[in-house]
Amino acid sequence: MVEIKVQGKTKHGKVVQLNNHIAVVQVFENTSGMSVNDISIKFTGKPLEIKLSREILGRMFNGIGQPIDGGGPVFSGVKLDVNGSPINPVARRYPRNYIQTGISAIDTLTTLIRGQKLPIFSGNGLPHNEIAAQIVKQAKVAEGEGEFAVVFAAMGIKHDDAHYFIKTFQDAGVLDKVVMFMNLADDPVVERIVTPRCALTAAEYLAFYENMHILVIMTDITSYCEALREISAAREEVPGRKGYPGYLYSDLASLYERAGMVEGSKGSITQIPILTMPNDDITHPIPDLTGYITEGQIVLSREIYQRNIYPPINILPSLSRLMKDGIGKGYTREDHPDVANQLFSSYSRVQEVKALSQVIGEDELSELDKKYLEFGNTFEYSFLKQGFDEERDINRSLEIAWDILSILPKNELDRINPKFVDEFYRG
Amino acid sequence: MTQHQLAKWSDADIIVYIGCGERGNEMTEVLEDFPKLIDPSSNLPLMNRTILIANTSNMPVAAREASIYTGITIAEYFRDMGYNVAVMADSTSRWAEALREISGRLEEMPAEEGYPAYLPSRLAEFYERAGYVKTLNDKEASVTIIGAVSPAGGDFSEPVTQNTKRFVSAFLGLDRKLAYSRHYPAINWLSSYSGYITQLEDWYKQNVAEDMIFLRGEMMKILQEESKLQETVKLVGEDVLPDQQRLILEIARLLKVGYLQQNAYHKEDTFVPLNKQYLMLKVIDNFYKLAKEAVKVGVPISVIKTSDLFYKIIKMKYEIPSDFGRSFDELMNDISEYFSNLIREYEGD
Repeated sequence: MVEIKVQGKTKHGKVVQLNNHIAVVQVFENTSGMSVNDISIKFTGKPLEIKLSREILGRMFNGIGQPIDGGGPVFSGVKLDVNGSPINPVARRYPRNYIQTGISAIDTLTTLIRGQKLPIFSGNGLPHNEIAAQIVKQAKVAEGEGEFAVVFAAMGIKHDDAHYFIKTFQDAGVLDKVVMFMNLADDPVVERIVTPRCALTAAEYLAFYENMHILVIMTDITSYCEALREISAAREEVPGRKGYPGYLYSDLASLYERAGMVEGSKGSITQIPILTMPNDDITHPIPDLTGYITEGQIVLSREIYQRNIYPPINILPSLSRLMKDGIGKGYTREDHPDVANQLFSSYSRVQEVKALSQVIGEDELSELDKKYLEFGNTFEYSFLKQGFDEERDINRSLEIAWDILSILPKNELDRINPKFVDEFYRG
Repeated sequence: MTQHQLAKWSDADIIVYIGCGERGNEMTEVLEDFPKLIDPSSNLPLMNRTILIANTSNMPVAAREASIYTGITIAEYFRDMGYNVAVMADSTSRWAEALREISGRLEEMPAEEGYPAYLPSRLAEFYERAGYVKTLNDKEASVTIIGAVSPAGGDFSEPVTQNTKRFVSAFLGLDRKLAYSRHYPAINWLSSYSGYITQLEDWYKQNVAEDMIFLRGEMMKILQEESKLQETVKLVGEDVLPDQQRLILEIARLLKVGYLQQNAYHKEDTFVPLNKQYLMLKVIDNFYKLAKEAVKVGVPISVIKTSDLFYKIIKMKYEIPSDFGRSFDELMNDISEYFSNLIREYEGD
């Protein structure tokens, strides 16, 4: 960190490169008014640190952790390095309990587990902001399990998107449980690199010092990676895939791996990073590398959205790697794992039938295939589709799942324990 | 997941699990689960035979490069003591990326996709450290490497996959489409191969059954044929195929759902001993032969595939325990009885 005094004002900067006797400093704020004559520079010898206390709940900060809501500075004895440090796997606790989001497709098929990092892979123009806002509004941990709060990191998002989030949180009355770190699209890019780190440091403080359950929403990771590329190019580094720096994977990992739970603290950090896939391409380096670090993904589909289905979650490529240990008996309901499995396998069969019907026409399909088509339609319109203000608890979602599974003949349900078929199959 | 299952159940003496660029939470899962699981051969916690190299993705990149070597060196140490060691390297793609990252920082000339030009030789050096040896005190011991490669976007033509395939003789290709339909383990039966089948033939003959390898061939033939038929089905639908061919589709389904697919959370199905595997294949083969006869005399395929027996065979992996006793004989009898009745019925007409 570098402090720069210009005409009585203090600006901050960061050393980005050392070369023989030259240190290159990038300034967080703009560089206007600076000249070689009238500035003084102080190297603090420390990385960026921010002050944290419980009072940050309900506050709004810029990308480097300075208050921008006019509420004055944060006073606290706790000052943490924003870069954090990797958690030793031995010091972690394995995530086992789930967060109910009230969205059927997520709760039933890609269950969000406390301490998990589950990104949303979206595209431009898809309603990822709405889904994130709905999750913030509805997310619940079970009664008596501690406090719940949200840390929101905006990286390079548009002013209207930022406004949308603030307004939705306000309307839902959750604003005083949200800490916001804002770096908008026209703010400096160096600041964008620090934004998620400040946010995660705040989350770590709340989770591990104050024992709260924290949900961190980070949007948009794509802008973050673009910023990384911009700075890497300015430093004249050897580019990797698509011009992104070779360390993109390590850098993303240093953010995502800060989710989790640690021994000796009741709190947890759950991350929902949102990224827009350039050109809806899931093999693009950003979603690709993200997928290797995160524990699953929720993939949105333009095709489903165009059929007027919200939330447009394409369940087949979506996956929650931790759900296996956080659902079923003792957590949700005993039949949940089997039902989820069956829905996945039947819905993937629906895709085959659809492809076939496009070639030979729907009339020529066998009776069973027609049933599958009907199942697919009902699944999309009554299970997947739900209103922005509609909150379904896990029981309700599973009941709907059984309603539509019962469209299929009983012996097609080969992923479900016969015991549950007898208990829940309708008709 | 497949790696975890292998680490849990494979009958090596020692397991070295290298979490190279792994997720922190998954490492913790192993740390919490393994001490609770009991190793069937020694009755001690699985953890006692496992060495974990935990290098999560947010740890320094140089450590990630080194972790693979650390693991294999530990394995060689135990090998020299006369143990059979299995090394799970999860994942070598992360390791190759670490090589790329370091090479980029050293400003070396990049080769294919930015990987350094020495990637193939490094991979070869690593995989060639596996092998079967005679130790100095005349014991036989081995190191087996099970390397996971996670190609970007599931594209098997990228350099790490291609170069790895050059140096290994057995390959398990995980298939995105199978994973999407939650067919686990998502091992594609057509793209995977093993170069050791002929060498193992004698072993199977002595230890499992005379016709194990033959059965394997028969079943592969059915799966191969099914994938060809599926292309026709995609164009014109299943109904227009002759019953003989539809039978192949149904038998392939039996194989896929009843045999290839396994449920890691089911207590019978998570680990299937070899002789149960053999008997399961035998049942399916027997069913196929008799069903072929039945179709010849004009039994419609719909009768066969909706029978309770068909359903029972699919469920045999759950319902017949590993110490099966006589259940398979009963199932065999059921099959022959069912078909002889069926054939009699239709021949009578």
